Formats: sequence, structure tokens, C-alpha cells
Amino acid sequence: MNSRLPAGYNPVSPFRDPAAVKALLQRIESAVTRPWSIMEICGGQTHAIRRYGLDELLPDGIELIHGPGCPVCVTPAAKIDRAVELSLRPGFLLCTYGDMIRVPGSGDSLATAKSRGGNLQSVYSALDALQLAREQPEREIVFFAIGFETTSPGHAQAVQLALDEGITNFSMLCSQVTVPAALTMLLGDESHRIDGVLAAGHVCTITGIDEYHAIAERFRVPVVVTGFEPVDLLLGIADCIDQLEAGSYRVGNSYARIAKDDGNPVARAALVRVFEPVDMEWRGIGVIPGSGLGLREEFAAYDAERKFQFESRIGSHDDHSGCISGQVLRGLATPERCPYFGQSCTPATPLGAPMVSAEGACAAYYQYARFE
Amino acid sequence: MPDLNSSNSTGAGRWGSCPLPEGGGELITLAHGSGGRLTQRLIDDIFVPAFGKASLASLEDAATIDFPGSELAFTTDSFVIHPLFFSGGDIGQLAISGTVNDLAMVGSEPLFLSVALVIEEGLPIAVLKQVVASMAETARAAGVQVVTGDTKVVERGKGDGVFITTSGIGRRISPRPVGSQQICKGDALIVSGDVGRHGMAVMVAREGLKLEGELQSDVASLNGLVTELFNAGIAVHCMRDLTRGGLATAAVELAEACQLSINLNQPAIPVSRPVQAACELLGLDPHFVANEGRFLCLLPADQVDRALAILHSHPLGANAAVIGSVDDTHPGWAMLESAYGTRQKLSRLAGDQLPRIC
Amino acid sequence: MCLAVPGKLIAIISSSGASRLGRVDFDGIIKTADLSLLPDVQVGHYLVVHAGFAIAEISADEALATLALLAELAEFGEAP
Repeated sequence: MNSRLPAGYNPVSPFRDPAAVKALLQRIESAVTRPWSIMEICGGQTHAIRRYGLDELLPDGIELIHGPGCPVCVTPAAKIDRAVELSLRPGFLLCTYGDMIRVPGSGDSLATAKSRGGNLQSVYSALDALQLAREQPEREIVFFAIGFETTSPGHAQAVQLALDEGITNFSMLCSQVTVPAALTMLLGDESHRIDGVLAAGHVCTITGIDEYHAIAERFRVPVVVTGFEPVDLLLGIADCIDQLEAGSYRVGNSYARIAKDDGNPVARAALVRVFEPVDMEWRGIGVIPGSGLGLREEFAAYDAERKFQFESRIGSHDDHSGCISGQVLRGLATPERCPYFGQSCTPATPLGAPMVSAEGACAAYYQYARFE
Repeated sequence: MPDLNSSNSTGAGRWGSCPLPEGGGELITLAHGSGGRLTQRLIDDIFVPAFGKASLASLEDAATIDFPGSELAFTTDSFVIHPLFFSGGDIGQLAISGTVNDLAMVGSEPLFLSVALVIEEGLPIAVLKQVVASMAETARAAGVQVVTGDTKVVERGKGDGVFITTSGIGRRISPRPVGSQQICKGDALIVSGDVGRHGMAVMVAREGLKLEGELQSDVASLNGLVTELFNAGIAVHCMRDLTRGGLATAAVELAEACQLSINLNQPAIPVSRPVQAACELLGLDPHFVANEGRFLCLLPADQVDRALAILHSHPLGANAAVIGSVDDTHPGWAMLESAYGTRQKLSRLAGDQLPRIC
Repeated sequence: MCLAVPGKLIAIISSSGASRLGRVDFDGIIKTADLSLLPDVQVGHYLVVHAGFAIAEISADEALATLALLAELAEFGEAP
């Protein structure tokens, strides 16, 4: 790093600046010569796009397709059922990120289980769950470890700490997913309409861009690492459109100040040390081989699914037969097209995960409703 | 959704023998208390049908009752907050100012309060004394009297320290009726100060979030501020104090009640730096975070400057700002316009916001 | 996914065991974050925190380059 940031540097406000947004929209407008469909991978990007109305502001021919980057939405119902089971077990405390609390499994959510006596604690970090294990040695603390590559390194560190300290009343119920296998599956589906991809900026802070070269090459689709603020999203979209207009399909990085091309090698080393690739079911989509991260054998004592017995079996649990979450997550349908959207399916009465997850596409469409 | 009948029965069980038939086995969840969609369903599905729309009237902050000789306002509120003490206040202050504010919001001068306490066995008496002292001080400062009360104790584990219910009576001081039915097309919206303080202060305390910074509840009695507006002859059409569900929920409720469009301008909504930073960190929207010392005032646009001057000269109104306007483009809708010129329709949240990582 | 928030590292707290903690200033709110994924980060630098862990340091070079690009765009937009 050669330079230093000025003393009054504000890391956020320049990337929300309305004048910069306007200038970028003009730049995009002048670059576009035909319609393009661009998928943003991450639920957080979908949320920001809907909240600020960026999709409305873009030229008419540019369509934003929402991707499956919502770890809450894709956590299998059976995993939630197991989390619910553990929360109801005497002497257990189920710790979870707030995001998961209201998502129903095949029956209960953690919230409804709590109202019938489940022991649940919302935590900000896996380290907070570990701290609870230290403070309450008489209780079995289970942490519901969901997330993409952004979140898993922290989980790895927490498990490593537990092992190093010899903490035995702590374990993780893992439902961790990785992007490249899912993106490959999406682009390999003949019915996809994706011209360009906005890669998830924070996932790439960990992984770097390496794995995306082969994908861009194979499917001839530009992949641009993109952030989450309005200016960052438009920078990514602008870069993607430049490539599309030029007919190129490289990996670009418009979020380089945070996501280095090389990612975070220390974080990746933590992942490799503690986790290994596993086949993972994505709710609404099905099993994507090698798309998950599970605990290695040497950490089996910290794997809740190996430590405890469960009544609910891992397998395919169908959501409401009309729920089209699988299509929404793959970008094949928008939430508004669903016949249940806003009728029988609302955040308070969800038929599927994308409506109840804060980052889900359906929830984003519902909460940030447009008017005609 | 889950079949919860297995944990419920019509026989003599945990809740006693209930003579009513099985009602589907649904249980009350925390989301029912959040002030969002599920709370509204309880009001619509249970309370209004039972007590009658007429007597629950306009669902304003307080009921106004024509009484020979004057018009009274009457309100009640329960306080179940946990923890009992948080940065900037405690349950005692909340219990008094919450009811004082509800009375003020309908244009009345709060006069008399009742206080009912349900105390959990095992609560240290010193804690009770502190809470009561807070209530007394808050009442004194607001110029109201606590004239009657009740105390019950429940077994350990059956309460949360202490639950407090306050009811209050006030006498109308506004020359005209004040309420959602008085809102007119062309009215302006003023918020009396920056939003989101109370909810963030309490969340940090309750969830053990270990955030350092100036996060304090804004709990305050607003009747003094409101009285000054009336004394100055401001033609207030409607007021609503911002509590659970925050500014956005209040806007939605008002729009539905008056069947006009409430249009909010996001860049104009004051949010203090610490609240903004804490919300960013936890992934929360400050527009939906609870307040306990802020209110919305809807008034004719040509009185805004005078109203702001009055608010700004009062310590509780220092950050008052015009944040929106009323028209009839989308009757019944509250809209939020972003800094980028795009608009979204606001709606209630399903439940409380929780810190998120996604 | 991935709510990651930028802040400034104002102090490194040494802690027992493997984890290295730091106090991070998020525009006036200070929270402790685990720094073990960024062993080279120094006080005064900006970083991004997700779920209690600092996951990336903000590159000054890249940040300044992006700001310069935005400034250029703004100028270009105003040109007749």
C-alpha cells in the first residue's frame, strides 16, 4: 500500500452520493446500444437495488436478474428443522444470526419454536456464541452456522478457538454454501437469460477472483466483482455493460478497494484448515455437488450433526407446492410473477424462504414495493 | 405453517380451562408485540370485533370523550421492556411519559394517571424503589399527578421483573379536533427530532451487543412542547408519537387512517450519527426503529416555519425538521422518496427488526 | 449475503489465546472486532467488518483511484 487515506476519509458517503449516481447513470445510458440482462449474485445487492430503485433508474433495456446469493433462503428446510429440534432440547441453547429466526423449516421456525419453549439466542458473531459456551459450561451451546465464503472463515476461527481451548459444550450446525458451483449450475442451465454477472463483492474479499476466470471463459459471460452501495453497484453495472458492448467476457473488479484480486489468503487458509467441500442441498433448487462447506474429520466433535442424534432426517422436504422460490433464486422468474406474492405469501405468512429472509428477492420486492 | 395443536388443549392445562373452542392452535409470538403487521392483525381480528369499532373509535393515540363541560382524553398503555434500565432511561420514565405523550398527541393536557404494577417475585425492592422514583420524577416534571394505582406480585419466572400499566386522563386544550381525520391534502409533516434512538439503546442493552458510543434512549414527555404549539396558535391537524415500529410505521398508519398519501423525503429525515452508525453495523433501518420522545405533526404548510421556530427553541425539539407532505396521489399509502428520486411504498414490518449478517 | 461495514482501526487489544482483537470506530460507534484474518492490519487503517471479524483492509490506492474516477465522471457530466 503506497498511499494513506486522508484523515477525514469517509468510507461510505462518496458511494452514496446522488451526483455520482446521476453521472454513472448517464455514462451507462450513453454506453448502451441494446438490451442486456445482468445477474447480481448477492441478496444484499438485490436488497440495495430495490431499496434505492436502481433498477428503475437504469435505461429501459437493462434488466437486473436476482441471483441465489441469500444463504438464509437456500438453507435446507431440514437444517432448520434440526436447529428447531436442538432449541427445544433441555439444556441446549441454539445461537443464531438474527436473519434465520423467522424462516420456517418444514414446520416451525426458530421463532415459533421459541414461543413454545425453545431456547434461542440471537448473536452478532460466532464468537459471541463461543463466549456463551465459556460462560455457561453446564449448557450445550449450538451455533447455527449459515453463510457464504464471507462468513465461513469467521466460523472456522471460532471452531479453531474452541478446539484450542478444549471447550466441549460448543458445536456448530453447518449450512454453508459457496458461489462458484452454484453460478456454474445457473449458467449451465439452458433456460438462463444471463448476459453478464455481478459477482458478490464481499464473497470475493475472501476468495478473490481466481475461480471466476474459468466460468467467464466457459460460458462467455463477463463477471464483474461489485459492491453494495448505489455507486458501487452502478460502477459494476457500467463495467459489465462496457464488456458486453465490446463483446468481451473477462473477470473485472470494480470493488478493488475492498475485494482484492487475490482475496484474503489468511481467511482462505482458515477455511481449508477447518472445512472441506461437501455436496449441499439448496432450498428450492436441489443438490449442487461440491457447493457446501462441512467440518473436517478432525473437528467432528464440533459438528452438531455428528455429535447429536436427530429425529428429522436430512432429505428433500418440499416447500408449499406453489412456491416458486427455486425459479426466483435461479433468476428464471421475478417475485411479482408468483400468483401467491403479496396474497397468501407475505413476510408474516411466507410460503418459502425468499419472502421471509431479509435479503430474499421476494421480501425485497414486498418491502420496497413500487407504485404504478 | 406448523401444527401447534400438540402443545395446546381445551382441557385444564397450563392456562386453565378455557371455555372457548379450539382456535387453530396458533400461539402468540414476539412478532405480535412488535407494532408491525401481526400486531395490526390482533387489533383487527380480536380487539376491534370484541370491543366494537365505535368505542375504539379512530385508533388514535388516545380516545377523546365528550363529557359534559369539557372534552376528556383517556388512554392506557403497558410497559414490558427488558432490560428495566437502559442508557438514557428506565421503565419508570417510559411508563409515565408514554401515557403523557399519548394524551398530548390528541391535543389534550395530561392531568391524572393511574399506575398498575405486576411485580415478579424476587425483584429487589431497591430496584422497585428506583423505578417508582423515576416515575415520580417524570410525573412531576410533566406536571401530571399519579392519583391511583394497584400492585400485584406473580411467582418467580412468571414476569420479567416488573410490568407496568398506566392509564391517563387529560383535558382538551386544542381549539379544534386533532386526529387523522383532520389531515388535509397539502399539509406538511414535521418530525420533532432525530429518530431511532430509543430502539437502538434498548437493543444494544438487551442483546448484549457491546457497542460503545452515544446511544441513549430519547424517552421524554412531549406535552410541554405540544402545549407551546397550541399556545402559539399553530393549527395542528394531527399528531402521532413515534413508538415501536418507528417513523415509517406511524406514516403507514396515518396514511391508512386518513386515506391520503403521506410522502416522506428520506434525506430530510434526521438521524443522529451514532444511531445511523449502529443501524449500519447491525443492518437495521432507522426509519423502523422505536422512539419514545419524538412525534410527527401534520399541519398546514403555511404554518411550518412558525412551528419549526417554536420546536427549535425547546430542548426537545432542537432537531425538528420538515420531512414530508400530504397529497392524494395514492390514497392510503405512505411513500418514501430516496435521495435518487426513486420512491417506494412503505409497509409495516412483519416483526421486530433483528441484527443481521446478510 | 454479507453485510460488511467499513470502519477505522483505532486500537489493537492483545487477548489471550490465538485471537487478536481490535477496537474499530464506525463513524462514532466503537465495536471490538476479531483481527485474526488480517494479521498485517495496523492502527489508523480502514477495514471492513462482517459478523464480528475484520475480513478486508481498504486499499488506499484503490479507494483514491475510485474517488478520482468518480470526480472525473462528475466533471464529464457537467461538460456542455
